[in-house]
Amino acid sequence: MARLNVNPTRMVLTTLKKRLKVASKGHKMLKDKRDELMKQFLELARKNKALREQVEVNIGDVYSNFVIASAVMSPEILNEALMFPKQGVSIEVSNKNVMSVNVPVFDFKTTTDDISNIYPYGFATTSAELDNAIENLSDIFPELLSLAAVEKEVQLLASEIEKTRRRVNALEYVMIPQLEETIKYIQMKLDENERGNQIRLMKVKDIMVQEAIEEKQEFTKSSLDEYCSKE
Amino acid sequence: MYKTGAIGDKQSVLGFKALGLDVFDCSTKEEAEIRLKSMSEEDYAIIYVIDNLYVEIKDVIYEYNEKRLPAIIPIPGMKGTTGIGLENIKKSVERAVGADILFNND
Repeated sequence: MARLNVNPTRMVLTTLKKRLKVASKGHKMLKDKRDELMKQFLELARKNKALREQVEVNIGDVYSNFVIASAVMSPEILNEALMFPKQGVSIEVSNKNVMSVNVPVFDFKTTTDDISNIYPYGFATTSAELDNAIENLSDIFPELLSLAAVEKEVQLLASEIEKTRRRVNALEYVMIPQLEETIKYIQMKLDENERGNQIRLMKVKDIMVQEAIEEKQEFTKSSLDEYCSKE
Repeated sequence: MYKTGAIGDKQSVLGFKALGLDVFDCSTKEEAEIRLKSMSEEDYAIIYVIDNLYVEIKDVIYEYNEKRLPAIIPIPGMKGTTGIGLENIKKSVERAVGADILFNND
């Protein structure tokens, strides 16, 4: 792992140590976030799968009713019957926060409350299959809505998990090793400098001691010579 | 207050009209793309797309996946399902987990 390109000084070492601390803390938190997201995501994905299968089966039934209705009735009458819908749907969107992912929650309101009063046509010219088809469809509409909500949540969670996973991996396999490596490098460099300094001091001391000894010996010798010459 | 819409071939979306959804009858890919773009700029929270059309305009739809709204949901049409809905779930799982662990047995 390549180390960062920094000067090996004590100040850089302190900042790097701080950064390493923050990085490992962040890594731990992101990892927790990822695990929790994953747990919720898998639950939701299972739910989504089940719901989708159910909706697809149910909607198939609706279509088969519609096919019969359109076979019995002429297309003009069918079009005319459904031209101006009586029922209206408005959606209220609120927010749900799942591990800091903003997920929309759908609440729907229909304009007509009476379930038997949703048919936008008189019963004279239309067939009973059409009534069935529309009733079925309005029965499964809540399912369709919750499918929409769940599916959106799954998509949003999936992209959030992907992002978090990348961050965790980047921290785990790039940032943290790099920082550790650099810190080690600076520490070694500083230790090496320290040792160099120590040795230099010892050497200087040796030289100084040597000089002092020589001076002393010279002095003794000269005083001895002086004494001898006096004799 | 948001709206709901449906895009697809005429036969498949007709029923949704009775429910009060805003129905747009599109048969070609280009038409559907333009319609989808204009709908996403308006106040549509959920857009149901009949799945044979969904498959054709997949690339445009996937741009909206990351956004909070609208939710663009494939539903089977008159001609049956193409399996794109389950395919999408599978893709999401693969994206999040790295491997498909839900649909192993299929």
